Amino acid sequence: MQRHLISAADLTRDDAVLILDTAEEMARVADRPIKKLPTLRGRTVVNLFFEDSTRTRISFEAAEKRLSADVINFTAKGSSVSKGESLKDTAQTLEAMGVDAVVIRHGASGAPYTLANSGWIDAAVINAGDGTHQHPTQALLDAFTMRRRLVGRDTGIGQDLSGKRITLVGDVLHSRVARSNVDLLHTLGAEVTLVAPPTLLPVGVGTWPCEVSYDLDSVLPKSDAVMMLRVQRERMNAAFFPTEREYSRRYGLDGDRMARLPEHAIVMHPGPMVRGMEITADVADSDRCTAIEQVANGVSIRMAVLYLLLGGNEPAVTPTRTEEK
Amino acid sequence: MSKILIRGAKVLGGAPQDVLIDGETVEAVGTGLPAEGAEVVEADGKVLLPGLVDLHTHLREPGREDSETVLTGTRAAASGGFTAVFAMANTFPVADTAGVVEQVWRLGREHGYCDVRPIGAVTVGLEGQKLAELGAMHESAAGVTVFSDDGKCVHDAVIMRRALEYVKAFDGVVAQHAQEPRLTEGAQMNEGVVSAELGLGGWPAVAEESIIARDVLLADHVGSRVHICHLSTAGSVEIVRWAKSRGIRVTAEVTPHHLLLTDELVRTYNPVYKVNPPLRTERDVMALREALADGTIDIVATDHAPHPHEDKDCEWAAAAMGMVGLETALSVVQETMVDTGLLDWAGVADRMSARPAQIGQATGHGRPVSAGEPANLILVDTAYRGPVDPAGFASRSRNTPYQGRELPGRVTHTWLRGKATLVDGKLT
Repeated sequence: MQRHLISAADLTRDDAVLILDTAEEMARVADRPIKKLPTLRGRTVVNLFFEDSTRTRISFEAAEKRLSADVINFTAKGSSVSKGESLKDTAQTLEAMGVDAVVIRHGASGAPYTLANSGWIDAAVINAGDGTHQHPTQALLDAFTMRRRLVGRDTGIGQDLSGKRITLVGDVLHSRVARSNVDLLHTLGAEVTLVAPPTLLPVGVGTWPCEVSYDLDSVLPKSDAVMMLRVQRERMNAAFFPTEREYSRRYGLDGDRMARLPEHAIVMHPGPMVRGMEITADVADSDRCTAIEQVANGVSIRMAVLYLLLGGNEPAVTPTRTEEK
Repeated sequence: MSKILIRGAKVLGGAPQDVLIDGETVEAVGTGLPAEGAEVVEADGKVLLPGLVDLHTHLREPGREDSETVLTGTRAAASGGFTAVFAMANTFPVADTAGVVEQVWRLGREHGYCDVRPIGAVTVGLEGQKLAELGAMHESAAGVTVFSDDGKCVHDAVIMRRALEYVKAFDGVVAQHAQEPRLTEGAQMNEGVVSAELGLGGWPAVAEESIIARDVLLADHVGSRVHICHLSTAGSVEIVRWAKSRGIRVTAEVTPHHLLLTDELVRTYNPVYKVNPPLRTERDVMALREALADGTIDIVATDHAPHPHEDKDCEWAAAAMGMVGLETALSVVQETMVDTGLLDWAGVADRMSARPAQIGQATGHGRPVSAGEPANLILVDTAYRGPVDPAGFASRSRNTPYQGRELPGRVTHTWLRGKATLVDGKLT
């Protein structure tokens, strides 16, 4: 494992499988009456959020607390950042307070990379989403969810996603979730297809390790999982598509479309869902939709990542263990 | 002023000759010239060129003296072998009146390191809406002949047409920063394979090419000449080549960094590579080199754009666009054009001195190295090769993309009208 987690593309197949396997161990902790491990006792993690994201922050916070880390939450709103303080000064200030890891969410693509590689700080850096670049823990929790559902919770241990056909639908252009998923799913051996109107695909997508289609209906029968990406209504104003209704008709997932999927296939969504836009309410609330499961899995994945980056070589889950080395 | 004898210099890269300077003028060029009464500079086979002329420099004064001043910028120019620089208009206040351009011109004269020819803004405040007083700037002591809203594109077709027409009255030229604004909203880097991966807003080649296509057609229609700043794409080269073949009076410049660097470097998210227009692809770089060699692109211009450290020591999106270039320009041109066999030193003298002086009407610059001409001369140690060390820069800013990179060539001497401004690599 590397010292930081910046991009899903940085993970080897073995790294990724190790994280997924470790997350399965972590998930068992959630089934215990006391959902806590001493692994990161005495370590301090800061959640440095320059962009609003209650879901991701809470997920990281839950993971950190279950590993007994000391947690500092920093949001840019109302802080000195809104008074013009730079990323560098903020990061150095926090590190001076003795931070071991920085979980960063930033609106600028590359900000976590710069934080990790500029020499500003020594702490481990975990990317919790940067601009339209990467969101590696999201891709990991998605892969975790797929492996559980498509390979099996126990039979999946040590396995990747070889041969699984995964379809991502929606605003790929502005999506860090799509970029991370394409990278990680490719590494794990899955076959990825992106479906979107041409306006919402980046120029240069042709070099990505995936297929591209403009036609959702033709791809659905060949999908083991279909992931619907959020489409912001405002995109309509920048002429990415004519109207919300037209988008919904051509690229939204409704009950009829869901019926085209193979029996075993699942519907995924990274949230927050825009019901009535990319997904109808009946699909979102159906048994095949894993959106809520993904949230739960997110905590396990983030525990695994924090443990592997900070916890060293100690076993993560040791019932008899009483103190941290 | 006394006499200086430069002995054994390869004039324009030719056979070693002596060059005798008397006062402000070259008195003689030949072999075995008498040393009596002259200070002797042993050239030892270094290459002698006419002083370089930069049609595109940001000196930042007035307004951003924390990044550069006329003094530090002209010292950097002398250090890089330049004897004349054209100072861009995007200062604070904008150089859109006779008062501002005269101030910049006067500061250049007082410091005496390099002639400063101010460029006037095309439109008031670079806003692209109302023509600045172009005639007043031309008639001022600064004698402005080049007009540009550089940093911004004169995107309104009517304003551009009028500017092209208006400056004909005094043989001025409009230098266009070709960037269609709507196509580059939120643009952070070249749009292509790398931007798709990095999730950075794309700056598509077509945003440059569409403006160049429009402007050469406008120039043709109204019978004006137009100059294209920092041309950066293979497609732009094709358009300029086509326009020239039709007899349209268009000239174009390329920066040293667009001759060497590509957008692959942006993968480091290091803002030192953030520049406008952005670094393009390998294919573009090769097309630009070829176009400079065959004359489709007329000149090299640095787009020297100093920024204070804090404006580059941050995340990519927050960083300023631009690179310093005066002190590395000739080395990059040697690396990309001379050492590759695309251009000889006479060609370098043409692209970096004679042609830019012609386009900008910098009288007394870009002249042949011969008797009776102004002694604006430089000596280049072309055998030198070493890493770029920004700590040694005369510029106030250090935002070079070449830190630590090995480059060939070093300017050792610069004479501005017979007065040494650089001796053995040290500013006087």
